[in-house]
Amino acid sequence: MAKILKPDEMLRSINYTPPATDWMETPNDLSPGRFAYPAKLDKVEYLMHEVPGVFGNPRTWNPSDADWQLPPNWKEIVVNGFRERLDKYRSLKLFMDICVRCGACADKCHFFIGGGDPKNMPVLRAELMRSIYRGEFTLAGKILGKLTGARVMEEDVLKEWFLYFYQCTECRRCSLYCPYGIDTAEVTMMARELLHLVGININWILEPVANCTRTGNHLGIQPHAFKDIVDFMLDDIETITGKRVKCPLNEKGHEILFITPSGDAFADPGIYTFMGYLILFDAIGLDFTMSTYASEGGNFGLFTNADMMKAINGKMYAEANRLGAKWILGGECGHMWRVVNQYMDTMNGAMQGPQMQTPVNPITGTVFKNAKQTKMVHIAEFTADLIKHGKLNFDKSRNSNIIATYHDSCNPARGMGMFEEPRYVLNSVVDQFHDMPENTIREQTFCCAGGSGLNTDEIMDIRMRGGLPRGNALRHVQEKHGVNTMACVCAIDRATLIPLADYWAPGVSICGLHELVGNALILDGEGERTTDLRQEPLPGMEEE
Amino acid sequence: MKAIYSLILVLALVVLATLGAGAAKMQIIFAYCVPGTAFVIFLVGFTAKIIGWAKSPVPFRIPTTGGQQQSLDWIAQNKWDNPSTGPQTAMRMLLEVLTFRSLFRNTKVILRHDDGKNPIVAYVSAKWLWLFALLFHYSFLVIALRHMRLFLQPVPQFIVAVEFVDSVLQIYTPIVYQTDLLILAGAGFLLARRLYDAKLRYISLVNDYFPLLLILAIALSGMYMRYIAKVDVMAIKDVVMGLTTFKFKTPPATIDVSFYVHVFLVSTLLAYFPFSKLMHFGGVFLSPTRNLPNDTRMHHHENPWNNPAIKPHSYEAYEDDFREPMFEAGLPLEKNPEEAA
Repeated sequence: MAKILKPDEMLRSINYTPPATDWMETPNDLSPGRFAYPAKLDKVEYLMHEVPGVFGNPRTWNPSDADWQLPPNWKEIVVNGFRERLDKYRSLKLFMDICVRCGACADKCHFFIGGGDPKNMPVLRAELMRSIYRGEFTLAGKILGKLTGARVMEEDVLKEWFLYFYQCTECRRCSLYCPYGIDTAEVTMMARELLHLVGININWILEPVANCTRTGNHLGIQPHAFKDIVDFMLDDIETITGKRVKCPLNEKGHEILFITPSGDAFADPGIYTFMGYLILFDAIGLDFTMSTYASEGGNFGLFTNADMMKAINGKMYAEANRLGAKWILGGECGHMWRVVNQYMDTMNGAMQGPQMQTPVNPITGTVFKNAKQTKMVHIAEFTADLIKHGKLNFDKSRNSNIIATYHDSCNPARGMGMFEEPRYVLNSVVDQFHDMPENTIREQTFCCAGGSGLNTDEIMDIRMRGGLPRGNALRHVQEKHGVNTMACVCAIDRATLIPLADYWAPGVSICGLHELVGNALILDGEGERTTDLRQEPLPGMEEE
Repeated sequence: MKAIYSLILVLALVVLATLGAGAAKMQIIFAYCVPGTAFVIFLVGFTAKIIGWAKSPVPFRIPTTGGQQQSLDWIAQNKWDNPSTGPQTAMRMLLEVLTFRSLFRNTKVILRHDDGKNPIVAYVSAKWLWLFALLFHYSFLVIALRHMRLFLQPVPQFIVAVEFVDSVLQIYTPIVYQTDLLILAGAGFLLARRLYDAKLRYISLVNDYFPLLLILAIALSGMYMRYIAKVDVMAIKDVVMGLTTFKFKTPPATIDVSFYVHVFLVSTLLAYFPFSKLMHFGGVFLSPTRNLPNDTRMHHHENPWNNPAIKPHSYEAYEDDFREPMFEAGLPLEKNPEEAA
């Protein structure tokens, strides 16, 4: 792993003045730390078998090598793939044509703000592809060439795409400010699809995709191990609350199927969020089951190809049908909710079995009309409804050591618009809550810089640079209000924001929303709690 | 460099029209043939482009949500920035097209270096682009409407009213239209920021400078005609009406050559329009991140190329893969190991 600068040095290294060379002349820097490792051969082969036509050219290769071992007809594959996608997606066609390069997006990207590389300006990121569009598909571009910003497909262009379309987290912040709504996430998705066709990929995405396909979750947790993990958490909950709660797995005949990202089952601090869910379900006596087959809320397929995304997503309905669940409750996850909110029913709605119904909160009777087609409710919506109806008893003092802020994850923010629900829940379980500055939250929120499959350690320099805007806003409220905890509703955030906070705002810890719910929630028949879900002493319980 | 190329290109167009219609006496060509052809190219090209976009489907509803979604009844939805119905979406589009709402959000990032302390990243409001872009586009619209007086006989009251408002300040003779000045200010600002801001200079292409300089040249030539050459407007209207009614006659010699320059530049703009970024005018209406409601959880949206053959890795295959350890862990199974054997 490449050495990474100290925060102070990194800040001083940022320069927004572009280099003297024209961007088409600027050579690719493929030194270590500039790219994520390519996918392992067996993962690519497995996925080629599972979903044909999406991935290609399986081999062992190294982006630092001059020779990327591309197939002889790679150019034809990419250009044809490009043409095919122009016909399949109006978004792509339109976004290739209508950009006026007004530059409103230029300083909206976290990677540009933290790094200053002009190719991280969303406009220029899209121009990497637009230039090929002009050169390969428009008459003016073919005749006038570089004069009109056109160029033809070459190996260096492909390498440049690999570098920069894997420095986009598909967070859509630029799209919010664009006067035409040009969405770089769409462009990045298309570029990645094209790269996959010729075997250019990263392992941090393809291994989870392969795992998810076979084992049901990104982390490759096998069913029996998943049960062990859950049992372990049930033990911990018993230790903390004195009560043994339940977590049915793969059981038929329950009303609700609960699906959350596997990151919540795997490591700190996701597991505390997971425990929070289970405590909540016990408190209201929810009739639910989880599934090991559909043990992943997230969908790294979104970061590869539309077909792959669809195949992975289909498990949710397939399992709801098999188990006879009426509707699906979804846990805290960012990109999962982009998929559920904007893609799921369109892709797989036809799979819904006749037993599936418009979600109704069995405790409050609230009909989730906004989920009547997809039949999937976000747990923050669900919990907010419970709290509003006074169905939960909280002891907020258990969170009284927490001065919280809230990180809006990109996807629930700009691909859904879920802002008030989590804040309402958070305000119900903590006494002290302070939002970060308004230009850095809600729809204007900044990415954790590890989204869209970039939460891997070999690109830590890129991640910390991209994390600057979030980290800077966090440090602001840390200094101003003494904020010591940042809550979020995203499993990737719970992994990526920890190094980000350690780097830019040391002393702030990261937690899921339902960890704080679980801390404050009073269960029937529970014992006196002396620790929080992390088994650290509750306020007032610290030993002298 | 790209700006200079573009400037040379525009000047060449001016020279071409001056020589062609002036020295070479090809008024008929410059009065009828060129604008007629340009208009046809514009119409056909514009329509073809829109049809081309419309032919590609919108597989998924992907609005960029800019506010609170519709969810629980007691949570106020931000209907204009996160619409969930058709009328709400129409409102979002209206605000986008008429008031440039997204551009109004613009912020500017600032990296402030305090001595001895860590630099601070800040985001400040930056509305200049929005303001001048609005001035530019609305001036363009008003000027285009004013020119309708040359194409219509009798002149509709609406056009007269637009002219009246536009010249309400009553300065100079002939009376100055405010939009003439505003469009210069707008286009001038858009050009200046492209040249001044290093980031923008870096991303700007000939495709960006050329239309801007062309529009500036059109405005300047028009103003020259009105305020300096004081051209014979009635004679010009005769020519224009002749063009629109296909009654071509030799233009009178009283028409100043600046008219031909102006018309030639406008013709260039029309012919260039469908093949350029100026198509954002049509494209903004079709943008899938703006013109769709955020309602895929409420209503089914059909993807015409949805492939039902793509199925998830099946539960049966999963259980086959893990049956033994699942059985040992006591997880429910469809088939026990003995049944499966």
